[in-house]
Amino acid sequence: MSDIQVKQKQQAEATMEPTHSGKIFSPAVDIFETGTVITVIADIPGVQADDLEIDLRENVLTLSGKIRSRDGEGEHSVLREYDTGTYFRQFTLSEVIDQARIDAKLADGVLTVTLPKVARATPRKIAVTAG
Amino acid sequence: MIIRRMFATPAFRWKSPYDELDEMRGRLAHLTRALSGESESRPEAGVYPLINVTEDKDYFRVRAELPGVKAEELDLSITDNHLSLSGERKIAEAGASAKWHRREREAGKFSRMIELPDRIDPEKVKAKIADGILSIMLPKSASAKPRQIKIS
Repeated sequence: MSDIQVKQKQQAEATMEPTHSGKIFSPAVDIFETGTVITVIADIPGVQADDLEIDLRENVLTLSGKIRSRDGEGEHSVLREYDTGTYFRQFTLSEVIDQARIDAKLADGVLTVTLPKVARATPRKIAVTAG
Repeated sequence: MIIRRMFATPAFRWKSPYDELDEMRGRLAHLTRALSGESESRPEAGVYPLINVTEDKDYFRVRAELPGVKAEELDLSITDNHLSLSGERKIAEAGASAKWHRREREAGKFSRMIELPDRIDPEKVKAKIADGILSIMLPKSASAKPRQIKIS
């Protein structure tokens, strides 16, 4: 397996002016779908379950997570290679999602959201009787 | 900096005349940084994972963002004042029938050597990983702590 390359976090422009100060980052995500379910996996290290908001309305999925500041008092920075801030990303979903069965798991800073698709009405064959 | 005023009339604003020039200088610097395409003039080691190192009177703290990595998959060791961090980040398979919309997360091995600015006590180093953030607390060795010298 090849080595991981360094990638700076993507900083995002705020779509709406935030009331708090601080940077906003667009987390790296993997999105894939199978026949029945769409899965969104996002890297959001430092976000705890209470600070995470997942919103789905009008086919727009919004992920937003706040970081609690970790630096203690009296600490000063010797080397700073990454910044922390709020994670925010929005997606438009093309499929219709069964909202009642959305599942989200947050473990080790990775968020996995499974969005089951609404079962489409299967085409039904109509028997024709000769009469 | 001496500023020549075009007109003899006093300015209406109360702040100093240097403010506007300072602001312009700051904006120009910001613009050049943005145009050059590099991240905010940070010394880049270019090795994964990126770390933040902070220090206070008694400790060094090293933090790294390692989402999806569990404690068993990490290997941390100390030699002198060099900290070696290596491991592997794994990503779960999606399955053969999956169709991808986006693929931005990366998996792979990583290995990084971090040099600390001062002597540390290797016996008392503590590390923990929670929510994808690795925190390493390294107590400074007694010789590295500033010692007060009394002047008589």
